[in-house]
Amino acid sequence: MSQRDDEVRRRQRGRAIVMALALGAFVILMYLITIARMSGG
Amino acid sequence: MKAVTAASQDAAIPAEWRDFVALTKPRVMSLVVFTGLCGLLVAPVRMHPVLAFTAVLCIALGAGAAAALNMWYEADLDARMKRTAGRPLPAGRMERQSALHFGVGLSFFSVILMGVATNWLAASILAVSILFYVLVYTIWLKRRTPQNIVIGGAAGAFPPVIGWAAATGDVTLLPALLFLLIFLWTPPHFWALSLFVRSDYAAAGVPMLPVVAGAAATRRQIFFYSLPMAAAAVSPWPLGLAGPLYGAAASALSLVFVAMALQILANKAAEPAGMAPEKRLFGFSILYLFALFGALVADRWLIP
Repeated sequence: MSQRDDEVRRRQRGRAIVMALALGAFVILMYLITIARMSGG
Repeated sequence: MKAVTAASQDAAIPAEWRDFVALTKPRVMSLVVFTGLCGLLVAPVRMHPVLAFTAVLCIALGAGAAAALNMWYEADLDARMKRTAGRPLPAGRMERQSALHFGVGLSFFSVILMGVATNWLAASILAVSILFYVLVYTIWLKRRTPQNIVIGGAAGAFPPVIGWAAATGDVTLLPALLFLLIFLWTPPHFWALSLFVRSDYAAAGVPMLPVVAGAAATRRQIFFYSLPMAAAAVSPWPLGLAGPLYGAAASALSLVFVAMALQILANKAAEPAGMAPEKRLFGFSILYLFALFGALVADRWLIP
């Protein structure tokens, strides 16, 4: 039972980290897109 | 009995993030990204690097979303083929609903981001390509007709058009010819493969041309498709849409392609062991497309 819980926690942690990195990258990308579109006209 | 219990428990716990990446068929994506990038680079409009990067990213994510939805629909079929039995859904590492949600979410994300970063024509073509691949190819035609590969080829032919549209906001003759080139290239490419992996498709009940019409008919089709494909590949040069560098590369590469298709036409082997010409064309066909698009970009950027 606890072994199964450990595996669930491990997978949740992995998914949370990947999701956080993806969101961070998305924020940076949106910032850069905004700058590019404002400067490009 | 024990294996069944383990599998059902695995499905109930959250899937690993790596399995979501596997759903997007990252290896198929390389050709999609490359042709999309080339479509963008040969367009007469210079894009801001960030917007160009975003456009290619959206093409890649859209292709990944279509692949995930394809795997969601085809889990039963994938389970019956050696090549695909280890994918996340047939292997029981992920619930089917997760793949559906991931695919739909990624589709909307890629299309909206494309519209915001570039223009809504590119976003619309991206949406059409995803819908075409999932609804027309995967759900409607793949299991019903041996022409499935011809229809599927149209889905794979969209990326250069999307790249071009992202840069220019329109679609003209050159991107249409690039679409036609990939559309006509796909059947010889996949039918060569399906000749030497025929048994696997037969086991899954997919009506691949060699299964339905036989090897001889498939070899004739490969040859007959290679001729208009070569014409589409060379045509930008005489039409004045590409220069002599591309013209020379396209002529030479297409000549080799047609010569290899002729060798296949002459081959009578029924077993994969005797199918060296088919394996050779399959390998060369990937190089062919990379080299053609590379030459087109080189022609546009290296020669003033």
